[in-house]
Amino acid sequence: MNRAFTKILAIFWKDLLNEFRTKEIIVSVLVFVLLVLVIFNFAFDTGTGASDTVASGILWVALTFGGVIGLNRTFAIEKENSRLEGLMLCPVDRSVIYWGKLAGIFTFMLVIAVVITPVFLALFNLPIFLPRLALIIILALLGFSAVGTLFSALAVNTRSRDIMLPVLLLPVVVPVIVSAVKATGPVLAGMPWGEISTWLQIMVAFDIIYLVIATLVFEYVIEE
Amino acid sequence: MDNNHTVRNLILWGLGFALMVAALSMVFVYVPTEKESGIVQRIFYFHVPVAWVSFLAFFITFISSILYLRKRTTKWDAIGCASAEIGVIFTTLVLITGPIWAKPAWGIWWTWDARLTTSLVLWLIYIGYLLVRSLATDSARGARYSAVIGIVGFIDVPIVFFTVNLWRTQHPTTIIFEGGLENSMLITLLVCLAAFTVLYVILVMQSTSLKTMEAEIKHMKNIQSD
Repeated sequence: MNRAFTKILAIFWKDLLNEFRTKEIIVSVLVFVLLVLVIFNFAFDTGTGASDTVASGILWVALTFGGVIGLNRTFAIEKENSRLEGLMLCPVDRSVIYWGKLAGIFTFMLVIAVVITPVFLALFNLPIFLPRLALIIILALLGFSAVGTLFSALAVNTRSRDIMLPVLLLPVVVPVIVSAVKATGPVLAGMPWGEISTWLQIMVAFDIIYLVIATLVFEYVIEE
Repeated sequence: MDNNHTVRNLILWGLGFALMVAALSMVFVYVPTEKESGIVQRIFYFHVPVAWVSFLAFFITFISSILYLRKRTTKWDAIGCASAEIGVIFTTLVLITGPIWAKPAWGIWWTWDARLTTSLVLWLIYIGYLLVRSLATDSARGARYSAVIGIVGFIDVPIVFFTVNLWRTQHPTTIIFEGGLENSMLITLLVCLAAFTVLYVILVMQSTSLKTMEAEIKHMKNIQSD
């Protein structure tokens, strides 16, 4: 167990180091997500402020689209330099590779969310300090990355892989998106815990279910 | 062996044909018109069995996907794929017949109710299943990938249903099941369900044997070219 953890950390560290040196994923996705927010402002003519439901929808569409682009990049990089083969030659269990990649992807998405959410809150004139929103973001992004890591490893070996990932991923993460949007609305409006607890529970359940399933089936996705 | 096959096929086709004729005549001749919603309610005898078959089909895909990943025999891949194709066609029919009924009954084509939304999401997931098969870089990969989606996608169905149910609590309830069904209507529905289930079995068997043959021919060609 402890040794598996060290191996996961090693893969995670490799991805972090690579990102730190190339800045390929986080910067481009950040710019993209910011652009989505700007476009939505024009699309909905939000003016000085949007209603809580519209605002939470905008945030989650932006994060979802950004997430898809980021996911596509992470495995495309591995593919381009045949690094996926190298990773598969490692004397580790396939599930270790899954958890290592998941840790990296989840961290990238968190960094993007940490940067973009305050910008979003400021742009739409919403209260800036929302600790409960952080919880929602963590739970939603974990579920999103759990399925996303599995599917992007799969999509990278198909033709037209850029479109394959969202086509596969978005229907499956519908519960996460619905729950995140429904929980964010009341948080933005400053409503009590009771309004959001059910949605948090759904996300926790989704995260656990898909972390387990993805760990089990990941070996079939990257075997050669 | 082959003879047994033919006999079994004949029985199935005969049974399917008889049930279909019975179902059609019951829907259009035997069963009385529903008092409140009128003639359009008859689409219910088509809509419900089709919906049932689509869920059955995706369930079979789920089971075949697990078995394929465990055993790696082309048979399970062929069954899973055949079942998914039929499931997508039947879900399409569900999504078409539903609005046809909903417009006169509810006054709207579509509502984001739990059942409707789940069917739509299900349809999208399995279109992805079929796309992956055709876009994978080789067929063995396509089989593995689609099996993974067959498992991941099916597990998503109850979660989607539960979530959307909470999301839209004001959805119209199905009056049909709450009030209990008139006997003649229930019998008609059951005959229709049986007819469509047999149709599904026939379609899966046909499609599976076709796919197995395709795989065999491909295999032979590969041997020859080598």
